[in-house]
Amino acid sequence: MRLSLTVNGEARVLELDPRTTLLDMLREHLRLTGSKKGCDHGQCGACTVLVEGRRLYSCLSLAVMHEGEAVTTIEGIGGKDALHPMQRAFLRHDGFQCGYCTPGQICSAIAVLEEMAAGRPSHATEDLEAAPPLTDAELRERMSGNLCRCAAYPNIIAAIREVAGA
Amino acid sequence: MRYDKPISMTPLDARRIVAQPVDRVDGPAKLSGAATYSYEYHEEVPGAAYGMIVPAAIAKGRIVAIDSAAAEAAEGVLMVMTHRNAPRQGSGGDAAPQLVGSEIAHHGQAVALVVAETFEQARHAAGLVRVDYEREPGRFDLAEAERQARPPRGGEHRMGDFEAAFAASPFAVDVSYTTPDQAHAMMEPHASIARWDGDRLTLWSAQQLPDWSVGDIAATLAMPSEHIRIISRFIGGGFGGKISVYADAILSALAARALGRPVKLALTRQQIFNGTSHRPATIQRLRLGCDAEGRLLAIGHDSVSGNLPGRSFEEGAASQTRLLYAAPNRLIRNRKAVLDLAPAASMRAPGEAAGLLALECALDELAEKAGIDPVEMRVINDTPHDPERGPARPFSSRKLVEALREGQRRFGWERRDPVPCRVRDGRWLVGMGVASAIRENYVVEAKARVRLDGQGRLTVETSMTDIGTGSYTILAQVAAEAMGLPLDAVTVRLGDTRLPRGPGSGGSWGANSAGTAVYDACMALRDMLAQKAGLNSTDARFEGGMMHGGGRSLALAELAGEGVSAEGEMLPGGLTQSYAQASFGAHFAEVGVAIDSGEVRLRRMLGVFAAGRLLNPKTARSQAIGGMVFGVGAALMEANVVDRRHGLFINHDLAEYHVPAHADLPDIDAIFLDEEDDKSTPLKTKGVGELGICGAGAAIANAIHNACGVRVRDYPVTLDKLLDGLPPIG
Repeated sequence: MRLSLTVNGEARVLELDPRTTLLDMLREHLRLTGSKKGCDHGQCGACTVLVEGRRLYSCLSLAVMHEGEAVTTIEGIGGKDALHPMQRAFLRHDGFQCGYCTPGQICSAIAVLEEMAAGRPSHATEDLEAAPPLTDAELRERMSGNLCRCAAYPNIIAAIREVAGA
Repeated sequence: MRYDKPISMTPLDARRIVAQPVDRVDGPAKLSGAATYSYEYHEEVPGAAYGMIVPAAIAKGRIVAIDSAAAEAAEGVLMVMTHRNAPRQGSGGDAAPQLVGSEIAHHGQAVALVVAETFEQARHAAGLVRVDYEREPGRFDLAEAERQARPPRGGEHRMGDFEAAFAASPFAVDVSYTTPDQAHAMMEPHASIARWDGDRLTLWSAQQLPDWSVGDIAATLAMPSEHIRIISRFIGGGFGGKISVYADAILSALAARALGRPVKLALTRQQIFNGTSHRPATIQRLRLGCDAEGRLLAIGHDSVSGNLPGRSFEEGAASQTRLLYAAPNRLIRNRKAVLDLAPAASMRAPGEAAGLLALECALDELAEKAGIDPVEMRVINDTPHDPERGPARPFSSRKLVEALREGQRRFGWERRDPVPCRVRDGRWLVGMGVASAIRENYVVEAKARVRLDGQGRLTVETSMTDIGTGSYTILAQVAAEAMGLPLDAVTVRLGDTRLPRGPGSGGSWGANSAGTAVYDACMALRDMLAQKAGLNSTDARFEGGMMHGGGRSLALAELAGEGVSAEGEMLPGGLTQSYAQASFGAHFAEVGVAIDSGEVRLRRMLGVFAAGRLLNPKTARSQAIGGMVFGVGAALMEANVVDRRHGLFINHDLAEYHVPAHADLPDIDAIFLDEEDDKSTPLKTKGVGELGICGAGAAIANAIHNACGVRVRDYPVTLDKLLDGLPPIG
């Protein structure tokens, strides 16, 4: 099937097997291997990317479902020599070890702060009327879809807190 | 260098770069997605075909028929390999031959490989392979298999008259603990890309110990080791799970040779649980006896674990008990039973991780009986030397008591109520627990090369790996410090078996062993540079990119000229025989147990450790916390659930095998005490990577008991095991 979409600001046209997931499209067809495959079943979060500005498990989504949409992967967030503030905060706080879940954590972290700024509640939000507070409990709850077996968790939360200015 | 006598002073003692909390040098690559893991080498290996294995659907028996016609006819399929057409293979290494017969040894073993043009085609066709089996009964229950457990390997460790002393002890416990099978669950699945150039094989493959893997693969493929190159520049976690070689490497190699084309093959997450290794379950019996002052009179620790027939690995869960506490009468032994589950192998801190879950809780049980505070109980039974060998074999360094005291003070241990169920916070019963940490210090052979170029840049090369441990960073720190160069003048190249043989990542030996090889290479390079300038190296000082001495200052860049390189190595000497060597620590945990549901929430946790000089306090702290969180998982949630009828782990994915997530972790911190250990290596450090898990889960289980009065001796401590014992809601 033919598919047109935008990836990291660049228009792309691909001819794809309709069974191709968004993740495999990125990794195997566009060779954007920053998005990782940890479980291929939406259980680990390593494949998290931003689609139309919202975070999404790219392994749980077929590529052809994203006709005309804009996808941002870790490569579009910041390169080695031009890191995004969230990437720099992860570096300072040592919010990663093996690095395999890291691109997903960073995509999620950026989206989490936007979700909170937009006032979207989580399971940890006590007052649904008020703006969700930038507490560790909120951040931990919202980041729980991204597993890190090296358990950089406290450092990741410290990095996000720093970027949020909390 | 053979390290057989301590070197008290080295250029690393300046600690300008070593022992500083610098950011990871591989950070920008990992944070931007530019770090390349094994399945991702598109540029180096274009045009690879995609493989997908078909795992065995029975645990024991044989294949009676395979129908691969539909798979072979499916679109895009290039080949289907089964035991009928797989090439003959050798054996002898730790890389199990694949598809060599109709026998099934364990669930999840590969019974076919499908290779196709695309991943989607390979996955679809793998589902079309029809396999008929004849089942045989298997052994899947450790408690049953224990009766035939093999006598202890290497003998049992006896001292004094254990039985008599235990029987005569004024206070005693005789308790059994069980720990379940556990999964490494590293985030990157096992993956390989194989390419042949004539009779030479290159494997881009996630291998913690790539040089060991080369030897094992050579044995299995019946080819010379020199013809195999493994590249493992980045590895998405290992924890022991990527020490042995699995189907991804062997089958991608066989298929690539047959097709004359590169083949890439990753195991699916589900295939990993039953098709690769795990930490085996244990049954442990603890018999501890003490006097009225809490002094241990008798220590008995028996452990049994299982593995496939013919496999040598056993979980030595009783072993650390030989070194941890003093007692004049001792009986310590591990046994191995035969099971037909997936292969058992090393997982982070093999031995200690499971053993301390039992020992450190049993010790609390004894302390409670004797009316002694758990921290004091551990302090009272500290030992300055190997308890079996006596003062002839002192510890090279041991700060167990200091760690306990520091943690006690920082954690607010004095607020702990020794009587369970008396501290409430709303619906939560709150308790505190402590446990000791010990992990033996291993140093192994290692080689490295350093090369200084005319721009004053230093390149460090060894086949050591970085599995998240920080190898790239700490080796750069060691080299920069030794040569008096800034950190950014050093480039570290790892994970390629063409480089000087590194020790690989396992047993917490990597930083110390590889680091010493790098140090040795730098010292040789310093000698060469000094000689070039007509100086004795002892008269030369290396600082700020310059060599100073004899009244002159020369830039290293100029001295290097066309470039100069030196090799170094670490050869462990007799210091591990003359000194007992281990890292130590103490864990403190506070938990809440919901009085209505039995749900356990960790509230806060602190680890205090002493592991010699920290080459990088930032990455060391991260590793320590990472280990502690493995302990949180072991205490509260992790278990491969065995289906005893069909012989497999049934919760074989990350939704059903629970590892701790962000929301499971409250305030958790790790600190290190100042320590330097020159009996270990010239780096004066000891192993860090596994220390954090050792004892961590026991501190949590002890806190649960302190909170609600229930002692669960069957890990993990889930709410169903607490519910019946909880006090009435009031």
